[in-house]
Amino acid sequence: MRYVKSFGAFWYDFVVGDDPVVAVGVIIAIAATAGLVALGVTAWWLLPVAVTALLAVSLRRATRAKG
Amino acid sequence: MSFAFLLASVFLACAVEAVEALTIVLAVGVTRQWRSTMLGVGSALVVLAAVVAALGPALLLIPISALQLVVGGLLLIFGLQWLRKAILRASGYKALHDEASAYAREVEAAREAGSVRRFAVSDWYSYTIAFKGVLLEGLEVAFIVLTFGANQGHLGWAAVAAAAAVLVVVAVGVAVRAPLARVPENTMKFAVGTMLTTFGVFWAGEGAGADWPGGDVALLGVLAFTLVMALAAVALLRRVRRAAAPAPTPAEVH
Repeated sequence: MRYVKSFGAFWYDFVVGDDPVVAVGVIIAIAATAGLVALGVTAWWLLPVAVTALLAVSLRRATRAKG
Repeated sequence: MSFAFLLASVFLACAVEAVEALTIVLAVGVTRQWRSTMLGVGSALVVLAAVVAALGPALLLIPISALQLVVGGLLLIFGLQWLRKAILRASGYKALHDEASAYAREVEAAREAGSVRRFAVSDWYSYTIAFKGVLLEGLEVAFIVLTFGANQGHLGWAAVAAAAAVLVVVAVGVAVRAPLARVPENTMKFAVGTMLTTFGVFWAGEGAGADWPGGDVALLGVLAFTLVMALAAVALLRRVRRAAAPAPTPAEVH
């Protein structure tokens, strides 16, 4: 059981990293892009905007945590 | 254009990871025993080769739009993590990665660890530290090589760029017999984070069905956008940090 937990923790750390908000935000942004495309809306601009917002939120969280 | 961009991204990312792995291997090899250390390095390389050999052909079978969606998403998550750390380091919120101090820490730990013989390995500590170091740094390299190579249809060239980066780093490491502390590692990480984020945005967008204005040329636009955004973040955080710092005392001014 300990090995399964460490294996899961390793992959979580490898893929998600220090800030899970980034991973969740990226998934939501890609899903929203696909959703807009399905509705026939031009959607290429959404990911750059989402990346800017996610980076800003993540940096704010990191700098606040350091006081 | 995107081919050269692909090679540069893979080369830089692999060079950064190779510098970090080299620091660990040198510290354990010099302090304890080269034979067990090199056995650990060899074992990790075999595992990495198996991962690439198993996943490489499998990735090529996935439809390109699904591959772009998944790989783009993962690269975006990876890239933003790299970029976030690089921005925090460049703005002074996080200590710069220093290979000389990382080497000193590894040497200290290697000196204090006991010696145990297991299977055909005379020094289990050297073996496991070298194995883990190379495997963990190498997995990220393998991921970048596989995803970049499969997505662009140049898996072989991506592997060549990765191998070239590792060879250059190892050759320099052997020549100087010391951790590569003078390599501008933080700048390289900033560049890699920018490139991973750029490819991530571009491919995830294409995978989700979005049409980039100008087609592949839009990659340059995304690169410029990401770079400007990251540099602006560094400049902003530096200003915030300076503004928050206590004013120097008269003694400090003089």
